[in-house]
Amino acid sequence: MSDHITPIHLNDISVIRGDRKLIDHVSCTIEGGGITTIMGPNGAGKSLLIRCLHGLTDIDSGTIKFGTSPLNDEIRRRQSMVFQTPTMMRRSVFANLFFAATRHQTADNTHIHDILDQVGLDHLADQSARLLSGGEKQRLALARALITRPDILFLDESTSNLDPASTKIIEDIIINVGRSGTKIIAVTHDIGQAKRLADDVIFLNNGAVCEHSLSSAFFKKPVSLPAQAYLAGELVI
Amino acid sequence: MDIYWKSISTAVRLLITADADLIEIILLSVEVSLMALTISCLIGLPIGTFLAIQRFPGRAAAISVLNSLMGLPPVVVGLIVYLHLSRSGPFGWLGLLYTPTAMIIAQILLITPIVAALSCQIIEDLQEDYRDLFTSLVVSKPAAVKAYLIDARYSLLTVVLAGFGRAISEVGAVIIVGGNIDHVTRVMTTTIALETSKGELALALALGIILLAMAMLVNFLATWLKQSAKEQAYV
Repeated sequence: MSDHITPIHLNDISVIRGDRKLIDHVSCTIEGGGITTIMGPNGAGKSLLIRCLHGLTDIDSGTIKFGTSPLNDEIRRRQSMVFQTPTMMRRSVFANLFFAATRHQTADNTHIHDILDQVGLDHLADQSARLLSGGEKQRLALARALITRPDILFLDESTSNLDPASTKIIEDIIINVGRSGTKIIAVTHDIGQAKRLADDVIFLNNGAVCEHSLSSAFFKKPVSLPAQAYLAGELVI
Repeated sequence: MDIYWKSISTAVRLLITADADLIEIILLSVEVSLMALTISCLIGLPIGTFLAIQRFPGRAAAISVLNSLMGLPPVVVGLIVYLHLSRSGPFGWLGLLYTPTAMIIAQILLITPIVAALSCQIIEDLQEDYRDLFTSLVVSKPAAVKAYLIDARYSLLTVVLAGFGRAISEVGAVIIVGGNIDHVTRVMTTTIALETSKGELALALALGIILLAMAMLVNFLATWLKQSAKEQAYV
């Protein structure tokens, strides 16, 4: 399934707000399978780029193709996204998942409980989702994204505010999901996390792609100056 | 202070003895208000929802007009309904003037903008909250509307209760179109106005206390509902 909507071809895409180019003529190809991380300093355009890929923000120029098709509802149904600040519907944990599942004809109580169990929230199924802790909300958001059995999973800084224990739980799930064939595209500014997860890295700075390379090569010997400075812990402005 | 004790004891006596006239007045008040509220909700909720979710030219102006209509002066509404229902008016042939139906119509005109404007605001806020999630999940518009209405149920219920509070305490419009006719269109507020003008302050105050108690009960209910929903994070 995944092969049909990957690789993802970004061809000269730009997003302009006022006189600012937030995404500046980005072109690259994201291959199917594995985990791609998008890295860069704050304001580099990382989150905006995956919002464009998921169709949440319109691009002003260029094209994005999933396989050979531009983004449409059919392709979006085969994608899921976990937001940096997840929105919890005013319902129970179970009902939040059930709602997402019914949108994708995957509403099966056993399946929902399996996923909740997988993220360690089955015991909280009847609790209001808005009463969960930050880490639990992120896990529920991940479960809600996974319940639709996506071919592509976008993660936007999904562990940025979590403690190491919660981060580990989520990272383990991400790794397992990635191994099962789902393409994962994760935005992070956590260098350690990118090292742990990434197969390849796209490094953005000022809305432009500075570098796109295999994780091993990127962390060993980054080519671009902004990436070198970023990895060295210098302030990239 | 004597007048207060006298009126309170009058109110208690009227209630304990289940005074037939008083019960009739209270029941008619509640009946008219509930009927007006039901119809206002049937009209106002869809209008509010439509304005919240649909984008079209003139939407901002429509919302602005709706917000302005929340402050409609009741006597003006009463006058407009009177003009339409009087014998020389366009709907005079229906013979509705000085009937409970005329009072319901006047109250509908007063409550519907409140229900529509407040529900529009509530659903718009929720829509903003859910926007990215629903786009991500490819939620169809009908399914999204259903979700907004379900998830905003507690907030919408407080809107309904606010509408009831407005209806039950309304006097200006209903006295014009109802005529305050004994055993026909006499409700609590119009009786209070009449008894006050007659100098029967004890009965007027007694009815005022009952009306106040009902309004407070509704408000307490609204507050309790919202608070308990908030505690469970459903608001």
